[in-house]
Amino acid sequence: MAKIVLEKLADAYNAQPRSEREFAVKELDMTWEQGGAYALLGPSGCGKTTLLNIISGLVTATRGRVLFDQRDVTLLPTEARNIAQVFQFPVVYDTLTVGENLAFPLRNRKVPRDAIKARVAEIARLLDLSAVLDRKARNLTADSKQKISLGRGLVRADVAAILLDEPLTVIDPHLKWRLRSTLKDIHRRLNATMIYVTHDQTEALTFADKVVVMHDGYVVQTGTPEELFNRPAHTFVGHFIGSPGMNVLPCTIEGATARIDGVPVALARAYPVLPAGARIELGVRPEFATLRARGAGLPVRVRRVDDLGRVRIARVELMGRALAATVPDSVEVGGEEASLVFDPACVHVYADGHLVSGEAIAGAR
Amino acid sequence: MNKIQDQRAWLLVLPVFALVAFSAVIPLMTVVNYSVQDTFGNNQFFWNGIGWYQELLDPKSQLGERFFDALWRTLLFSAIILLIEIPLGIGVALCMPRDGIGVAFSLVIMALPLLIPWNVVGTIWQIFARTDIGLFGYALSRLGLDYNYTLGILSAWITIIIMDVWHWTSLIALLCYAGLKSIPDAYYQAARIDGASRWAVFTTIQLPKMRRVLAIAILLRFMDSFMIYTEPFVLTGGGPGNATTFLSIDLVKLALGQFDLGKAAAMSIVYTLIILALCWVFWTVATTSEAERRPT
Amino acid sequence: MKPRSAVMALYLLFIVVPVYWLVNMSLKTNTEITTTLTLWPRTLTFDNYVKIFTDQSWYSGYIHSITYVIINTVLSVAVALPAAYAFSRYRFLGDKHLFFWLLTNRMAPPAVFALPFFNLYSAIGLFDTPWAVALAHCLFNVPLAVWILEGFMSGVPREIDEAAALDGYSLPRFFVRIFLPLIASGVGVAAFFCFMFSWVELLLARTLTTVNAKPIAATMTRTVSAAGMDWGLLAAAGVLTIVPGALVIWFVRNYIAKGFALGRV
Repeated sequence: MAKIVLEKLADAYNAQPRSEREFAVKELDMTWEQGGAYALLGPSGCGKTTLLNIISGLVTATRGRVLFDQRDVTLLPTEARNIAQVFQFPVVYDTLTVGENLAFPLRNRKVPRDAIKARVAEIARLLDLSAVLDRKARNLTADSKQKISLGRGLVRADVAAILLDEPLTVIDPHLKWRLRSTLKDIHRRLNATMIYVTHDQTEALTFADKVVVMHDGYVVQTGTPEELFNRPAHTFVGHFIGSPGMNVLPCTIEGATARIDGVPVALARAYPVLPAGARIELGVRPEFATLRARGAGLPVRVRRVDDLGRVRIARVELMGRALAATVPDSVEVGGEEASLVFDPACVHVYADGHLVSGEAIAGAR
Repeated sequence: MNKIQDQRAWLLVLPVFALVAFSAVIPLMTVVNYSVQDTFGNNQFFWNGIGWYQELLDPKSQLGERFFDALWRTLLFSAIILLIEIPLGIGVALCMPRDGIGVAFSLVIMALPLLIPWNVVGTIWQIFARTDIGLFGYALSRLGLDYNYTLGILSAWITIIIMDVWHWTSLIALLCYAGLKSIPDAYYQAARIDGASRWAVFTTIQLPKMRRVLAIAILLRFMDSFMIYTEPFVLTGGGPGNATTFLSIDLVKLALGQFDLGKAAAMSIVYTLIILALCWVFWTVATTSEAERRPT
Repeated sequence: MKPRSAVMALYLLFIVVPVYWLVNMSLKTNTEITTTLTLWPRTLTFDNYVKIFTDQSWYSGYIHSITYVIINTVLSVAVALPAAYAFSRYRFLGDKHLFFWLLTNRMAPPAVFALPFFNLYSAIGLFDTPWAVALAHCLFNVPLAVWILEGFMSGVPREIDEAAALDGYSLPRFFVRIFLPLIASGVGVAAFFCFMFSWVELLLARTLTTVNAKPIAATMTRTVSAAGMDWGLLAAAGVLTIVPGALVIWFVRNYIAKGFALGRV
């Protein structure tokens, strides 16, 4: 397995891009550590599949370099990069048996027959495919076929990284967990560098140690699931991650107090300097926004309360914006009038969508 | 599709049934009728039982000899045609451009021979293969070859074969192209990652995906080549001598030319049965291999 | 040039050259044809075409051919539509056998039908009319149309029929106003194939006509047996028969390029 470094990488839709907009992937620098389990998360069209294909070599980037363990592979074709890629739907060679499918890449590389047999058996054991080695590949279920696709990638011992492009898309929902745990298992056992592309935050957050969030060709944030949840670097990350997503409200800031619609909200940090002319917003997750009876706090109208068992989520309205808040067990919601209170430590300030870190408040803990 | 059981659907099917029955059943009954009768002329018929059939299927009789000669000729022709057109069609389909202006351009040109009336196909090659006024014939004679499709048996066969290849290969190529287009890119990408050679890509990805269309193409071409009439008729008239008299041509000669009703009728029945039998064999083979593919 | 493009170019050339040669012939005078072999006409002449457009025995051939082709296409598709709908939506006694029987008619050699049709259509008095040829061609075109249409119809879910019934549509009204637009491309494909098979067929067209409904194919082949071969005229007649087909392909080229993989193939 290899460490993958992307240096000043960018990819445009055509050969002569004239503006930023014509880039499917805007310039970025990234390191994918050896043995890491990464998720590349984002909505459709954000450039994640393009980025994956640049790493695998199916697409050559317009600018920048790709390095595998210090080796410049930018111009190398896919076959020479030695990566494994699993696609959205299972790709198996219909006319071959499962065993022959797994042996295929090795046979193409003229590996001796005994070595092939041993390796195929080993991978089959790893993926729990030993029982079906002699069956025709086309007769198996979708999740088994995806395992075969994965197996074909793993069968080459010197594989640099395993790239997965939304591999659970065609799997039956009740079987997804099986394949997911197989993937985690593989990662643990082989210490493989795995990059998993998806638009589903649950898949990303459960699979990966580190998540890379992309939006509109930009890498918006890279971090552990906790970091993404607690400290979204961009309002997009706040929206996209978490269910329901982060609440975002326009506000004005004076020092360590924000004002929403005139109502003061205490902040945990001070923001003496903010970019001039920027759109200033407050972001707070529903988990840290609590609903109370009308009194202190932001006055809101309650539209609906959803009881999710574990917790109650209230859908409220403030300044024409729809927000979500948690309703503590002790609070009874009667009627439409209520107040919203934020936990100051979990309130973030954003300028034009980007997180502003602010300063510690003088004299505060 | 969940179909509902409803016998009233027969009303919807009735027009088709009536039309085809009228066109098929009545004539076939006539043919069967003729095949078991003989005539004194003057429209007087008497029962002949299986007499015509016996004569037809006896290689030593004049009719039988004529029939079997035509049969072998036709079988040979179909075999040669399939052996050339199927690989050529697949090859052309593989070489077709995947996208861009080339696609429409190629498709239009390739479709052209398929829409030319069959007699005009014959006429085109009639002119093109003549040594005095045709480019092809002229070129061959200038190369020193003894080429004359009206006099030489080999020349006649070669000309008819090239004409049929010219006429119908596009159909196979277009069908195979349709099959190839349905292969998602991911398969080719995976093959690249697996380091597969061009030949391996062909045998493990492309050929299997084309199986269904190939089966249809082979069936269609076999049937049509076995029934061929117009093009060779216009080109050589069945000659020189009998050299290119295929079954259909012989049958029409017998029926409409000589008005030998009984013999023609018997030959018609046997001819049709042969085709049905061969098609049935082919279809069973094709569908059993299709049945193996049911996922378990 | 990449080998793929080279092969493709060679094949396209193979297809085009004989057609070019026919056009070439049609624009030459008979003297030029019989004296030298030239790659393009030295003395360009449209006389052959003029002859065809002005001589009734020639242009009537085209008119007759177009007539029976159109009759056949309309008839085949019209009759096939309800039948295909039945096969697509319903199970009924003998449905699979009927479908199979329809397809086997495609497998019958036209030569077998030459004589019986000759007798049949003479007997019912339709001999030597475009109707005879149109009806005769139905034998092969109707099964084809049913097969194609059934394929397209199966792609439309039953739920649409049921929703329309709930909305109060009667079957004919539903069929015309809702269903047909959904399978419009299928109807186009079926009509195209019916047109094609009827236009190109010679044997039955010639057998069932003599004078009044003589198709252009017969005119051309009977010219062959005449004493002096008028190659230029023959070539011009041939070129004119290719024109409808070429026009059709040109106009539907984008549909062909986009998806003839839809439906039955």
